[in-house]
Amino acid sequence: MIGLWSVPLLFALPLALGILSLLVTPAWRPRLIFVGLPLLVAASADVLAQLVLEGPRIYRLGDWEAPLGINLVADGLAVGMILMTTLVASLCALYARVYLRDYPASSSFFWPLLWLLWAGMNGIWLAEDIFNLYVGLEVMGLAAVGMVALRATPQALAAAMRYLLAALLGSLAYLLGVALLYATYGTLSMAGLQEAASPNPTTHVALALIILGLLLKTALFPLHAWLPPAHGGALTPVSALLSALVIKGSFYILMRIWLVLGPEVTPVFTAQLLGVLGAGAVFYGGWMAWRQHQLKQLVAYSTVAQIGYLFLFFPLVTGTGPEAARLAWDGTLMMLLAHALAKAALFLSAGNLILAVGSSQISHLVGISRFRPMSLFSFGLAGVSLMGLPPSGGFTGKWLLLHSAILSGQWWWLIVLFLGGLLSAAYIFKVFRMSFREGPQIDRSITPPLTLDVTALILASAAILIGLTAHLPLFWLRLGSPFGAG
Amino acid sequence: MAWNALILFGVLATSLVASAVIFLLAESRHTTRSVFNLAAAVLKLLLVGWIIRGVYQNAEYELRFTIIDGVDFILHADALGMMFVGLSSLLWLFTTIYAIGYLEKAPNRSRFFGFFSLCVASTVGIALAGNLFTFLLFYELLTLSTYPLVVHRGTRESLRAGQIYLYYTLGGGALLLFGVVALHVLVGDTEFVPGGVLSGLDPALHPLLIGIFLMMVIGLGVKAALFPLHAWLPMAMVAPAPVSALLHAVAVVKAGAFGIARLVYDVYGIEFAFSLGLLGPLAVAASITIIYGSVRALAQDDLKKRLAFSTISQVSYIILGISLFGPVGTLGGLVHLLHQGLMKITLFFCAGNYAETLGVHKISELDGAGQRMPATSVAFTLGAFGMIGIPPMAGFISKWYLGIGALEAEMHWVLGVLILSSLLNAAYFLPILYRIWFRRRERLWCEEKVLGRFETSGWLLVPTLATAAFALIAGVLAGMPFSPLYWADLIVSREYLQ
Repeated sequence: MIGLWSVPLLFALPLALGILSLLVTPAWRPRLIFVGLPLLVAASADVLAQLVLEGPRIYRLGDWEAPLGINLVADGLAVGMILMTTLVASLCALYARVYLRDYPASSSFFWPLLWLLWAGMNGIWLAEDIFNLYVGLEVMGLAAVGMVALRATPQALAAAMRYLLAALLGSLAYLLGVALLYATYGTLSMAGLQEAASPNPTTHVALALIILGLLLKTALFPLHAWLPPAHGGALTPVSALLSALVIKGSFYILMRIWLVLGPEVTPVFTAQLLGVLGAGAVFYGGWMAWRQHQLKQLVAYSTVAQIGYLFLFFPLVTGTGPEAARLAWDGTLMMLLAHALAKAALFLSAGNLILAVGSSQISHLVGISRFRPMSLFSFGLAGVSLMGLPPSGGFTGKWLLLHSAILSGQWWWLIVLFLGGLLSAAYIFKVFRMSFREGPQIDRSITPPLTLDVTALILASAAILIGLTAHLPLFWLRLGSPFGAG
Repeated sequence: MAWNALILFGVLATSLVASAVIFLLAESRHTTRSVFNLAAAVLKLLLVGWIIRGVYQNAEYELRFTIIDGVDFILHADALGMMFVGLSSLLWLFTTIYAIGYLEKAPNRSRFFGFFSLCVASTVGIALAGNLFTFLLFYELLTLSTYPLVVHRGTRESLRAGQIYLYYTLGGGALLLFGVVALHVLVGDTEFVPGGVLSGLDPALHPLLIGIFLMMVIGLGVKAALFPLHAWLPMAMVAPAPVSALLHAVAVVKAGAFGIARLVYDVYGIEFAFSLGLLGPLAVAASITIIYGSVRALAQDDLKKRLAFSTISQVSYIILGISLFGPVGTLGGLVHLLHQGLMKITLFFCAGNYAETLGVHKISELDGAGQRMPATSVAFTLGAFGMIGIPPMAGFISKWYLGIGALEAEMHWVLGVLILSSLLNAAYFLPILYRIWFRRRERLWCEEKVLGRFETSGWLLVPTLATAAFALIAGVLAGMPFSPLYWADLIVSREYLQ
């Protein structure tokens, strides 16, 4: 029987915990994770087991048929995202429990928001119709804005305000697109759209609105301006959650809709344009990251750059052969997973380094390698994956994308991958250079609690390991997708 | 088979585990760290000896698992790879001993030895890689694990050197990655097979293959310090002496040269590379580097810098040997891979001994060092004679076979290069020897230290003498079984009989 319940449990449970955490006293709120995390891990594991044993499935909530009830789809892609969320969010929660002891005021609101965010994300991963995707997007976005505001400094509030405007504008545009599609085809379900959608002006306007809204939410260059202050200025566990998971939500929706509408509706021109914007993000984000003086701002701009790689998916999958398209799918998802793990690790270890020196300036890290080797090691492992150097998830993803670009004859994307890798090496090694320097401003560092170092190290190691064992996750992710091998 | 795979994994794992344990040990646990490090090095050497015996008897050692569809991680022991593994693990042991003595009382030893072991693991991985993907994996890991060693001292100068090192190696690595992916698209997983895998391709693709070859040689040439991609090497000499000795004289530059050997013999195949006309330009590039390195070495007064330019020149002998079409030239190139390693590490150890004991870094300050440090100076002399190519040192054997190989391949101009370069070698080594042995000391040493009972610490002296002895023995006993020459001959017979 648990099989039937684990899928709805994945968003019902975080919602319930969110409400529960508002009912208990603030001191009890962090402790709820000891109930919530094991249950969510078990549910995720169960969903994976069902996927592997019985293949992708559709769940009807309350056994109502589609127009009335809500359908949930647990295919390889959805399950992959769920596992990613469970792993990253659980470790961030464990980190936050220790980290937020210094921020008692923020802590009491962090926990309800975390559960809400989790429910929103799981809702997005599982939704089968474009309206429920909107609901998930809205829930996730509002929770994320609330988390940015937790610090309650004027800068944090300004950043949260900007984020709120971007998020609302983005979901509004998306909702308009959804409404247009519904008016035209009379269906909201993915399966229905796949059958009905045809290239006509209305569909294209709807697609344009959906794309615009989601680009704004994913912070693709040049719509990225809200991201660095929001991600760089938030509390460390919040930064990690936002950069690793939240921006993936809107990208995921775009990817799903793009594939559902199919090659007849999605124009090659738009795909190339998305690729060009991605390339712009890789260059601009990398360049800006290199120019930062604050550690967390550097990491935030690195996210702007890494988002760019994901958008190479569209030109590589549209109008190319089946083999190139499959490689693009594999490569993009590998990049996405590796980035989720590595970026969370990078933010957490950056937070540890900042705690250790008591300053967020990169120039104050002089000589830190002597005192905090473990924090720096996690930072380095995560950096290896972001630079796309082997052995790491980032490298395997890059390899697959390169392969796909060569196979489809689009050599110009090779230059993006080439220069992007070198740019990210430039900003990662900027931090390292400082940490190896033997200067006068050292001999004093605070030792952060062990939990903080261990959670960062686990995430960083996972970013490396996933590259070496990519075969299996990629096989699972393909289950039930257009590129599926059964 | 399972046992063999396990032993093969053990060769890699000894240094990986050593690295992990060293990172976890507290900075102050010096004795535990040293014991563990040496035990790992000895164990590795034993395993390598076992595999070399097995490879000689044509036993199969292979370990593979799938990373993504169509791409496998493969470790495979063949004669060529085991030659490089043997060299690295033998020299790892000696360099570890040396480094323990050299870094006594220095800070950050935990970090140093951790990354040092990681470097050796990457070198061994490069040698054992069974396909281009695995090779690339360890090739980049080598870049990453050497960076912290180059910048180890944390001074402005070493950080600058580290930055230049990264510019070159990461750029080269990216070019190599493109070449590897492009070949992967053309022929699928590119496993190393004697005779290569590309000769069957459509002739219309040949221009593309030439382009890919060029790109990959540039990528590998950065580490092999081919002119004009060499500038990082002399700068990286700011690193501590054991790093210069093992990594810059042996592991890193050899990884580049070894990669070119793999590319020519086991990916393109020597005959196919010859028919594409790739070998001639490679020989020219190697010759230019040989002469250029020697000429620049003449002008250096800093001992380590002179040795660095000498390395640039000497490593290209290997590449020259690879590019001579014919078994004898190959033999000369491959045997130099071992000989140059033994001789150059000796020279760098000596330079380290002079610097540590006498505070001498410049050649002009070496007057009379032979009297103060006779054993070190004898080792230095043996190494220098070898580099010049005076019989019966190992270097002579290399040059002899390179010369005959050049005649066989009908590239007579190569002989001129060899003679000119030997003269230049003599011109930059003999003045040093003259100063060491025949000039009298008139001033005090810069910062003389008394280290132990001998002329310097035993930790520093023993490895120096051991590697010098190996360089001598490799030359004198070149005809004996399991000498470097014997093993190179075995490789050649396996490469050319395919």
